[in-house]
Amino acid sequence: MNQQALAPHVIPDRVVGRFDWWKRWELLLFAVAVAIFIFNSMASPYFLNPYNLSDATFNFTEKATIALAMALLIICAEIDLSVASIIALSSTAMGAAATAGFGPPVLVIVGLAVGVAAGAFNGFIVTRFAIPSIVVTIGTMSLFRGIAFVVLGDHVYRTYPEGFNFFGQGYVWWVFSFEFVLFLVLAVVFGVVLHLTSFGRRIYAIGNNPIAAQFSGVRVNRIRFSLFMLTGLMSGVAAVLLTSRISSTRPTIAMGWELEVITMVVLGGVNILGGSGTIPGVVIAGFVMGLVTFGFGLLNVPGIVQSIFIGSLLIGVIALPIVAGKIADRWRTR
Amino acid sequence: MRVGRDVLLAIIVAVMTAGIGFITPSFVTPANLAGLFNDTSILIMVALGQTMVVLTKCIDLSVGANIAFTGVIVALINAAHPEVPIPLLMLVAAAVGLGLGAFNGTMVWLVGIPPIVVTLGTLSIYRGLAFLASGGTSIVGRQMSPAFIAVPRAEFLDLPAMSWIAIVVVIVVAFVMWRTRIGRAFYATGGNPIAAVYTGINVGRTQFIAFCISGTIAGFCGYLWASRYTIAYVDIATGFELEVVAACVIGGVSIAGGIGTVPGAVLGALFLGVVKNALPVMHISPFWQLAISGAAILGAVIINAGRERRRTGRLILKEAVAS
Repeated sequence: MNQQALAPHVIPDRVVGRFDWWKRWELLLFAVAVAIFIFNSMASPYFLNPYNLSDATFNFTEKATIALAMALLIICAEIDLSVASIIALSSTAMGAAATAGFGPPVLVIVGLAVGVAAGAFNGFIVTRFAIPSIVVTIGTMSLFRGIAFVVLGDHVYRTYPEGFNFFGQGYVWWVFSFEFVLFLVLAVVFGVVLHLTSFGRRIYAIGNNPIAAQFSGVRVNRIRFSLFMLTGLMSGVAAVLLTSRISSTRPTIAMGWELEVITMVVLGGVNILGGSGTIPGVVIAGFVMGLVTFGFGLLNVPGIVQSIFIGSLLIGVIALPIVAGKIADRWRTR
Repeated sequence: MRVGRDVLLAIIVAVMTAGIGFITPSFVTPANLAGLFNDTSILIMVALGQTMVVLTKCIDLSVGANIAFTGVIVALINAAHPEVPIPLLMLVAAAVGLGLGAFNGTMVWLVGIPPIVVTLGTLSIYRGLAFLASGGTSIVGRQMSPAFIAVPRAEFLDLPAMSWIAIVVVIVVAFVMWRTRIGRAFYATGGNPIAAVYTGINVGRTQFIAFCISGTIAGFCGYLWASRYTIAYVDIATGFELEVVAACVIGGVSIAGGIGTVPGAVLGALFLGVVKNALPVMHISPFWQLAISGAAILGAVIINAGRERRRTGRLILKEAVAS
């Protein structure tokens, strides 16, 4: 960490030329994805099947949907650990609304509204009291899921109205599920917002130097606040998809997802300290994690062993360029 | 000011305990309070290790997985070779924990990966290793030797050995933080890493040492955990890392580094311990626990943020007067 603090500040996403490492990052990640794909199709005869592959997308689309917003937040040098708890809260609210007899449109509105409200709460505390977001969201992570526990206890909401299951189980065309298509559309929207609009440039500016951004006329706190709301909204979207897919709500729903979402974002090449990263990288990382989970699942590798692989991938993919660079430096100076 | 915050927290914990005792007198009997302290011992010790790490601007999210892995390892050794003496097993637990902490520290120090990324990765890896080591099975009480279970429960002056171990760890850590060079280096590293470098402190190495200590304590607690709950399997201490960070944050340890005290972290852990133990006594559904600790974390950080902001203003004036 100290090296970063002492090094002259570069803007990685603006560096062009031979040492344009972030571009190679997506290439590296893409190579990993292709390698996993080839490995899986050789290891299991059931892998290269459009229906199975379509099923595989369910493993990661909900997490990847949140990862899109989380990427923006982390590029802005903030973080939200409460996303999985927002899912629990939002799903609980939808369950309560469904039990009260409301139809699918109202449920979706309730789910999204609770997500936005929870995100706004995070954003308000972070911007109003100037507290590091990691601390605030560790608190709200307990608080939001805690409320779900208080409301539900050991009960389960199981009754959801007719038609609500489309969001998590329906198909738009052939093997393309609603979830997957929604994720692709959102990925394009997020990519355009981050990479082609002034709003996106401002997010990078804040992530690199919030004080300089403030003096350049960027309304830093307003953008931070809106990104927390956006992350809340995407968690609400994920809550709708997940609740619809499994048609039940328990307080433990989506437990531990926050770490998987952050892993996905970091694996996608977003600097955890803020200021750099791309949406295509995050999307590829989502596919990598989905393919690993699915391929290993076909080979009957337990989920916990897959997590060793994901964990090593996370550290390895970041350590490799750094270690290689250090070795290259030493070799060059000789 | 720093003392003021700890005193405030101590008053809050005391008033809370007294209030619960007023409603339910059985809660404040010495035996129950001793039990509460014993229940919170592991949280206190791991929170102290975490405090050192957080002081140096890092975070260790792998402590829960570390406890699971070392717990499984020592339980397996004990099940296969009951003749191995318990002190040696404790040493093994601490050594394994040290190894895991040293790996985290190396990645942060020599490779330069942000600590949150490293420990997010090792959180999955260590727990996965616990699964591989145990083969997915649990090591339960009847497979453990009687001594393995008995040692932390052995009473001395009406307190179980586990509580005494926690007290010794608190005293040792307090001494290290206040009276040794490395302890002061933790504060310097977190307070201002660049100034620390110019003072001759090796910032990376200091962070490495903090991770090693945190890992060692967590590993040692892996044995205590397996022994106390007489079970070791892959899912023990799931989510414990966040409870530990919560204890630190409630105790006034600043996540930005450089601020935090030993009494603060201990009180933060005790606060969570009181909440956890009070709910069943007061006939409140245990489902409230998570929401209450979440609200407590938010309350604590908002109060601390206000106090820190005021403190900076006064500090400048004080220094001006002093010079």
